[in-house]
Amino acid sequence: MVEDMSNATISETTARLRQSGSVVSVSLSSDSHSAADNSQNDLIMQSVDLQVHYGDFLAVRDVNLAIHKGEITALIGPSGCGKSTIIRCFNRMNDLIPTAKVGGKVFYKGIDLYGPEANAGEVRRRIGMVFQKPNPFPKSIYDNVAFGPRVNGKPTKAETDELVERSLKRAALWEEVKDRLKQSAFSLSGGQQQRLCIARALAVNPDVLLMDEPCSALDPIATARIEDLMAEIKSDYPIVIVTHNMQQAARVSDRTAFFNTEIGANATRPTGVLVEYDTTRNIFANPTDTRTEQYISGRMG
Amino acid sequence: MSTASVSVGELQPSGRKLRQQRSERIIQFLLMIVATSGVLITFGVVFALVRPSVDFFRAISIGEFFGSTAWFPLYEPPDFGVWPLIVGTFSVMLLAVIIAVPGGLAIAFYLSQYASDRVRRKLKPLLEILAGVPTVVFGFFAINFVGPNVAAKIWVFSDVGFYSALSAGITVGLMIMPMMTTLAEDAMAAVPRSLIEGSYALGATKRETCTGVIFPAALSGIIAAGVIAMSRAIGETTIVLLAAGSTANFSFDIGQPMQTMSSFIGFAGLGDQPTGSTGYQTIFAVGLLLFVITFFLNMLSRRIVSKFREVYE
Repeated sequence: MVEDMSNATISETTARLRQSGSVVSVSLSSDSHSAADNSQNDLIMQSVDLQVHYGDFLAVRDVNLAIHKGEITALIGPSGCGKSTIIRCFNRMNDLIPTAKVGGKVFYKGIDLYGPEANAGEVRRRIGMVFQKPNPFPKSIYDNVAFGPRVNGKPTKAETDELVERSLKRAALWEEVKDRLKQSAFSLSGGQQQRLCIARALAVNPDVLLMDEPCSALDPIATARIEDLMAEIKSDYPIVIVTHNMQQAARVSDRTAFFNTEIGANATRPTGVLVEYDTTRNIFANPTDTRTEQYISGRMG
Repeated sequence: MSTASVSVGELQPSGRKLRQQRSERIIQFLLMIVATSGVLITFGVVFALVRPSVDFFRAISIGEFFGSTAWFPLYEPPDFGVWPLIVGTFSVMLLAVIIAVPGGLAIAFYLSQYASDRVRRKLKPLLEILAGVPTVVFGFFAINFVGPNVAAKIWVFSDVGFYSALSAGITVGLMIMPMMTTLAEDAMAAVPRSLIEGSYALGATKRETCTGVIFPAALSGIIAAGVIAMSRAIGETTIVLLAAGSTANFSFDIGQPMQTMSSFIGFAGLGDQPTGSTGYQTIFAVGLLLFVITFFLNMLSRRIVSKFREVYE
């Protein structure tokens, strides 16, 4: 089936993403993996036959994923299956690795992120990212949150104050830090630092939030706070989360993509493949692929 | 309660193991001697400087040393006002730092963030060659090129002659720039990759990442590099001796010839001062002053570095 995204949306976002340029007519290939109930209107991102090479090594191949508005999409699978590689294609962070080569397409509101209409900086502004380990800048709490707005415009002091407060409130950190905004971000605990990083990502008002194992460096209590926060904000910021923790995927996500590794015909190192993508309920209760079933029942990985 | 009978030596090493343990102790002792010798040498240097300096200050009062602006210690009658040397030293040092710090930083940013692998592999060895050029060669470069072609052209406030503090300062700056580059680059390389990615993930450009994240995160290392560059510039002798002239000129006009503390020592220490004479002792007094100044600069840099240090994780 061939879908045309509404032309109005495309031209509007094209104009916002990058100066002029012809509007792409987007044809999405038939997506056998996606959930049956997806209504195309709430699609925000879609990858089509996405594959990534590092030099000659094919790290992950043939990934067809659809990310929906208002939802949390979890990417799970064993180590080395390409989950992080895929999530880094969604905001062009792989551009920073000189040997990485991205094939296939990633559409954001119908625009190819790797096409001539997309500027990497603007893509990353719209598709925010939270990393595995909290990575606050060596600046004050306030300046950490204000960094994004400052590089993406020239907000006044009052605007910045307001943005910082709103973002910290959104990330459920305001009450804990409102009296010490000028202190170094390193004075916060690990869980607070990660919520600060979420606030920093939200401060530029992204359309999607990518989270690459955001809780792997945190204790269970801090993890629970982040999970609550994700559930709170997902209606405004659709989230794609990579996680090693299947329980986490089951707890927080609406859809789950299970990745696995396989060794290709002429390859020596395993390549990641997308095995199954469905609603989280189906993946955990009623998987169609035996590999998925084995993985979630703990007999593999 | 009975235990299995154990001979006394059971838990003691024997044979080869015993010899190894002894050599272990010898190595530890030798390493300790090497480590403490560094401290002893420093004390030796201070002692060697202080003794003749004490004799000097018996003959010439500290008031005269710091109270006069005429420096003719080897003339008859002599003048022992050290200010011309201090002014000369700081003029050359400031000029060198003005050239080397921004230049070194720019090169470090280019090499660590902008240059492709191929360019970096070609440029780095070239910089290392520049760092290995003997200072006397730089001195001739100053006289033959920097003096007439650069200093004389850019300094419009006075006539720049063959010798000038400006020409010496520029050349010293060029000489220490590779070192500044290497140290600044190391400081930037120590900035965690996750911080740089965090900046790009917010839509920052390369320049915004450099000035907004990498520079502040590397600041303590960059300041330390700047202070080391400063100390090198203060201590540099040969270039200044050749290019600045040997006139202890009390002037703030960098187009004029000047003498620095180290170039005075190099100039006066050639051996025609009889041992024990006041002229001979002058060399040590100036050396002591130089030592004290660099010592305080080092202390200051430690303060600054620990103030700005950011600990990651």
